[in-house]
Formats: sequence, C-alpha cells, structure tokens
Amino acid sequence: MLELKNISVSAKDDDSIEIINGVNLTLEEKKIYVITGPNGGGKTSLAKAIMGIYPVSAGKISLDGKDITDKTITERAKLGIGYAFQAPPRFKGLMVRDILSIACNASNKKADEKTLFSLLADVGLCAQDYIDRELCASFSGGELKRVEIATLLARDLRVALFDEPEAGIDLWSFQKLTDTFRALHEKANMTIVIISHQERILRLADEVILICGGRVSDITTPEKILGDVNFFDEPGCFCPNCFSRKKV
Amino acid sequence: MLTNIDKKLLKEVADLHEIPQGAYNIRKNGEKHSRNTTANIDIVTKPDKPGIDIIIKPGTKNESVHIPVIMSESMEDMVYNTFEIGADSDVTIVAGCGIHNSSSKDAGHDGIHEFFVRRGAKVKYIEKHYGDGDGTGKRILNPTTVIEIEEDGIAELEMVQIKGVDNTKRDTLVKLQKNAKLIVSERLLTYQQQEATSIITVELLGEDSTAQIISRSVAQNDSKQVFHLNMRGHAECRGHIQCDSIIMHNAVVSSIPEITALDEGAQLVHEAAIGKIASEQLTKLMCMGLTELEAEETILQGFLA
Repeated sequence: MLELKNISVSAKDDDSIEIINGVNLTLEEKKIYVITGPNGGGKTSLAKAIMGIYPVSAGKISLDGKDITDKTITERAKLGIGYAFQAPPRFKGLMVRDILSIACNASNKKADEKTLFSLLADVGLCAQDYIDRELCASFSGGELKRVEIATLLARDLRVALFDEPEAGIDLWSFQKLTDTFRALHEKANMTIVIISHQERILRLADEVILICGGRVSDITTPEKILGDVNFFDEPGCFCPNCFSRKKV
Repeated sequence: MLTNIDKKLLKEVADLHEIPQGAYNIRKNGEKHSRNTTANIDIVTKPDKPGIDIIIKPGTKNESVHIPVIMSESMEDMVYNTFEIGADSDVTIVAGCGIHNSSSKDAGHDGIHEFFVRRGAKVKYIEKHYGDGDGTGKRILNPTTVIEIEEDGIAELEMVQIKGVDNTKRDTLVKLQKNAKLIVSERLLTYQQQEATSIITVELLGEDSTAQIISRSVAQNDSKQVFHLNMRGHAECRGHIQCDSIIMHNAVVSSIPEITALDEGAQLVHEAAIGKIASEQLTKLMCMGLTELEAEETILQGFLA
C-alpha cells in the first residue's frame, strides 16, 4: 500500500510556487487508479514525486508502512516502484534488448530471448523487428512508448506508474495496451497508477483521481465521471473545486 | 616469444588470445615478430622502408588477415603498409596498435596505410588503438589511411580508440569511384589530459557512389578532441556524416563540419551534436534501479559500442 500524506512539491525554479499542494492519497494493492485532470494540473508532477524524481517540499510518502520520503530514485526503484515516462528518452547505442535486460535484472529475472520476446509481444511489437534496434531517432514516438511500457512489465513491481501510456499509440495497439493492463491487474499484486485522459483507460480504473491545481479535487468512479454528460462540455477547468466551472 | 604484456595488448587491439589462424603479421617493438600467409593472402616485407604489402588475390572470399602492432618499449616506430584487395574479393582485415609504456620516455607508432580496393571487392578494416602502462611517457598513435575504392567496391572501416592513448592524430582520405560505397564507424574516448584529432576527407568522385560516416566520441576530464569531417561530392552521389560527442567535466570538443557539392546531383548531409549526458537518460535508468554512476557507465558503454 502506498500512502501520500499532505504531499507538496515546489516548482523547480521558484520555491514559493507549489505545483503539488497538500495531496493525501491511499493507494491499495491490486487496484488500478487512473489519475486525470486538466493539463498542467500536477498529474505528472505527482507521479514523479512518488518515484523520487521530484523532491517533496512537505509531507510523507510511505510504502507498506515504511517512510520512503527521503529515499533516492534508485532506492525507490529497488523497493518496487516503477515509472514509465510520458516522453521516454532516446539512447544512442542502447538497443531494445539492452534496456529490457536492465529492467529484467532489476527484478532478478533472467533476460533470455523468450522473456524479452514475450515482453515485446505484450506491447504489440514484433520481437524479430525490434529486439536489436537502437533506441534512437529511428523510433517513432509510439514505438518508443511501447518499449517504455515493456520496461515496467518486465519488473515485479509494487507500484507501477504509467504516464499517459496511450499517447502516440495507434488504435490497434491501444486495444492491446488495455488488454495488457487488464492482464497485469489480474495476475500481479501491484498498485497500478495510470495518468490518462482516455475513456478506455478511465474504464479500467477501480478509482479515478481528479487532480487540478496541484490538489486532489475528487476521487470517483469511471461510471460516475463518464456518466455525467455535462462533465467535459464546459470550458475551463472541470474539477468541482474550480471557479471556472459553474456546475459542480 | 610473447610476454603476458604482449598477449594483453594483442587481446585488446585484435581480440586475439593466441596466434591466429590464417594470414597474419605481428609486429613487435618495431620488428617483425611472426607471420603466416595463405594460398590467397600474401604478406611481403617492403624492400625500401619499414612495413608490409598485403596482397589479397582476386575472388578471395570470407578470409581474414590480422596485422596487429604491439609495443612494450618506449620508442618511435613508423610503418608503411600497402593493402591490395583483389577484384571481387570479400575479406576482413584486423589491424590495431597497442602500446605498453612503463617508462618516462614517450612511445609512438605512426602508421601510413594505403588501400587499393579493386573493382567489386569488399573489405572490412578494423583498427583498434589501445594504451596502458604506468610510465609517465606518453603513448602516441598517428595513423594515416588513404583508400581508393574502384567501381562497385565497398570499404567498411571500424576505427576504435577506447583507452590509454595520450595523443592521436588520425588522418583518413578516401576516394570513391562509380557505385563505390564507404561506411565509417569511428568510436573515440579521451580522458585526463589526452588529445585526439580526427580528420576524415571523402572524395565522392564516381556516379552513384555513397559514403556514410558515423563518429561517436566521449571526452572526459581535461581532454581535448577535434573532428574535421569533410565530404566532397564530384558527381551524382550521396553522403551522410553524423558526428556525436558527449562532453564531460572540463573537456573541450570541436566539431568542424564541411560538405562541398561540386555537382548538382550530389546529396550531402552533415549532422553534428555535442552535449552532456541528458538528465532524462540518467533518470530513466535510475528508475530501473541503477545508481547514477551505473547509469552513466551504461550510457557511455552503449554510446561507444
């Protein structure tokens, strides 16, 4: 179980601005949480704070009751937290095989051909075509994104954070991706957190967390959020706490 | 007689754990150490100056020749090697030079290599440079390589300097005739006070000739690197230069691009980039459990692989 108690994160270049402001969340294992909300609302910042990429300026993060607030990125990774980037970096000279092997090694898994091929199949990539390709400019954004997701599937994680996994991925692969999330949900005891704006991803959620202005503005269900026909039809911020939206 | 130091140098520069099969010529401390020839590959000592002629018969396929140079004494060595790659042959040449210098005097090896890649021939030339030893004397390697590729010929050059060379100046000139092809892969690491200069000039003389140069380097500590990659298209041809460097600490890297089209059908591209390791790359690998140092090593190893 992952607990965030009164978490705040300051802007990198200005301590006086809080991009995450007093967030409290309890995320249970074997559940899928989808974080959604307007652009710039703090979704990615929250995920990066959980991973340790952004330091928290206040509050406490606990994993299974143990305080991990001061742990480094590496230490959190070793404790079983993983983060799939919204815009994964490219690596000149590193092959798909290399990056997946590093991911397997992180969980003491054997990075044999069968395992690596299976991981690529899970994200809809043909292993023969991709396993020895360099993760450089020749990869499209969607291809890179799928390899990025595979680096999390390779590991035995306690908390898997996927940042807009659907971005740049074609319709056909999208279906495969949702199937993969469902399978992961069924077979693993991990907490799955997906940042997304997509209806089909929202439908996977046990709970939907609305983040706006660096705060949790609502925790609800997919049915509720998708069943409200007026929810997305007004301009401005759609969270219930914002003034720019009249309907609450 | 090969000492343990010699064996280590051979392993580093030619990946040899023992005397190789097939044709070879091992030069040790400025003299011929050992040699073997085959029915298709002859190696002859030059009569007028230090060095050898490597003569590969036309039509020779899937054979290789090793010609490593190893030095374990501080001295200045200079060789002139000529490679005659017969028409329609397909061969691999493994060269390279390793210097062990444990003295206060400099040790240097200058190699002047001349290649004639005849019509339809294909040659892969692997040249690795390496230095070690705890002496204060410098380890200096200055190769000059001149290659003529005839019609339909292919030359693939793999030039690697990974460790221990204090000063190097590489000078490479390649001329390509009709439908000839050149692929160059250069990898270079410098650290401490090391200095490296690489000048590659490619003359695309013939119609439909193509050249691709991919140069990757890492400059650490106070080292200095200069790259001057120059491609000139004299006919309808295609050329692509990609020069990437990772700069670290107080190093200095200069990349001087030059492409010249002398024909309206010449298509030449030069890409050059110098920058530090991207923080996103480090973060990504740390998110998979590597420490920052391990992440840095992984990125550099991959970049120079």
